[in-house]
Amino acid sequence: MKDLSMEQILANGVYLGSQYAMIALGLTLIFALMNVLNFAHGQMYVIGGFITYTFYGQLGVPFVLALLMSCITLAILGALIERYLFNPVIKRSARDESTMLLAAGIAFLLDALILLIFGEKQHGVPKIINGVFNYEFRLIIPYDRILVCLMAILSIAIFICFMQFSKTGRALRALAQDRVAAQLMGVNVDRYSMIGFALGAMLAGLVGGLLVTITGINLGMGGPTSVKAFMMVMIGGAGVISGAIAGGFILGMLEAVGLAVLSQYGDITYLLIFVSLMIFLAIRPHGLMGKPWG
Amino acid sequence: MKSISTKQLVGVAVFLFAIFVAVPVAIFVTGRFDFFFTLTSVALLSIASAGVWLTFHIGRINIGQGAFALIGAYVSAILVTKAGINFWLTLPLAGIFAAGVAVLIGLPILRLRGVYFAMITLVLTEVVRLTALALPITNGAKGIVSIPLPMELSAFGLTIIPDFSTLANTKLAFYYVACALMVVCFGAMYRLVHSRLGHLCRSMQQNEELASSIGVNITYIRIIIFAISSFLGGVGGAMFGAIAQSVYPSSFQVADSVNFMLNCFLGGLGYVFGPMLGTLVLYFGWDLLFELGKYQMLVYSSIMILLMRFLPNGLLSLTFPKRRNAKSAAVPFKSAQEERSR
Repeated sequence: MKDLSMEQILANGVYLGSQYAMIALGLTLIFALMNVLNFAHGQMYVIGGFITYTFYGQLGVPFVLALLMSCITLAILGALIERYLFNPVIKRSARDESTMLLAAGIAFLLDALILLIFGEKQHGVPKIINGVFNYEFRLIIPYDRILVCLMAILSIAIFICFMQFSKTGRALRALAQDRVAAQLMGVNVDRYSMIGFALGAMLAGLVGGLLVTITGINLGMGGPTSVKAFMMVMIGGAGVISGAIAGGFILGMLEAVGLAVLSQYGDITYLLIFVSLMIFLAIRPHGLMGKPWG
Repeated sequence: MKSISTKQLVGVAVFLFAIFVAVPVAIFVTGRFDFFFTLTSVALLSIASAGVWLTFHIGRINIGQGAFALIGAYVSAILVTKAGINFWLTLPLAGIFAAGVAVLIGLPILRLRGVYFAMITLVLTEVVRLTALALPITNGAKGIVSIPLPMELSAFGLTIIPDFSTLANTKLAFYYVACALMVVCFGAMYRLVHSRLGHLCRSMQQNEELASSIGVNITYIRIIIFAISSFLGGVGGAMFGAIAQSVYPSSFQVADSVNFMLNCFLGGLGYVFGPMLGTLVLYFGWDLLFELGKYQMLVYSSIMILLMRFLPNGLLSLTFPKRRNAKSAAVPFKSAQEERSR
């Protein structure tokens, strides 16, 4: 395998990081609002990918519209799941952690549905734009990757603005900070939990839709994506938006560097990432920016 | 120490009769010999789940039991194939090794709480799997195959467990061994939970700071509990490897770790025998649904969601009010009986 230039590795890292950050954002949002570890996040991402595949790849709808369809479907799905499953269970269960079984059940259910509807084969779609950006053969990136990366960064920026400046965003942040206090201030907790869950699911769907143009999509992607998202959230600190973005970019960089430098030693990149993560968490149990809560 | 009521004794006797006599007879009558393997698996997985339940008891969500089961399986397999040690000796050794690893890893990570602990244990499962892939002694992705069947275990010339390769029906033998292990394990669990240590654990589950402020050595207790939990995981994994006669890095992975945790949730976190029931329902249910073919997963997960939706505190919470009434009714009756016998 030929050596990669430094620029190439950095570009790969930024590209991976922007995708990862979006996935982690949705997960951390759901966690911050409801204290639910959403095991089904990876599956939501896969569903988003399949919807874009169906509309853009099969039916020939313009890509942006197909992406929009992914977002809308996932938002509705997320809202329904929150309204009819998580909300009642959280209210009735004796311990918070009981929602984990529910989340895992939903992950299995979505996996089964994907298998029945779309099958287990790998699906890809035609490229959105052709051509490769080439800088003196040191930095080679296909144009569609650049586009996807930019769109991801743009969506993250829009999301942050939404959380900072809109009324809904303020309500969501209040809810994440202190549920009871937010309720006392007149925030409709049930309604905004639903909106927050829908938003988190929508982000997962959006990444799925974006990435289907590059890596394609298949059933098996759900589980590993969830595990990666958990790691990013841990690096940055659970429930913190800036932490999720930082965690995503850090993991993306580590992966890009690891794959380039360690490839001759076999598949040990992830082993090293995992081990260093455990050491990191032993020193800083709440991640980079997490709050010291339980 | 709470005394054991006659009702409980009868319950235990019925349970023992059911697993050691009634179930094998029923299987021989119906001829569904595949159930032996399923039930053996249930017994072993419930041992590992019992470990997870113990960590729940100190208020930690443990999604790393797969790691310790894999460690146990590898330790036993390597000792049997490379060093030629009797399997029955390697069984406790596997558990002790897993417990030792748990102490080393637990010292730093048990400081974490809530989802952080849950996620780091999830990562731990991946670490162990990847380590097993990378190390030379574990033979990488090819795994360790054709492990010989357990040899004879004898003490003072007396055969306690016969050589498995001479037995006509190894499935039945494995079933009995697994059930015996499960009974011992849950007996010990019940004793542990109702001991002083168990009460200290419950105080930690409610509030660690408070427990520590009244003089509970929480660091020591959580290490001990995590070690016991991993010991059970290691023993369960080692036994599983002996039955399958092979160990691969994929023998126990993240999905298994998650399942161990789900078994506890489904059975109910407040009940010692919850993990046993949870494992039985989840594993056996999955097996029974096999006939549905491609709809297996769909039906299975739907049932799981519905159970959680309507019984969020576990299956055993169904019987809870009834049992409490029975107990309060039984106590005066029993004391009256005791007085009469005096």
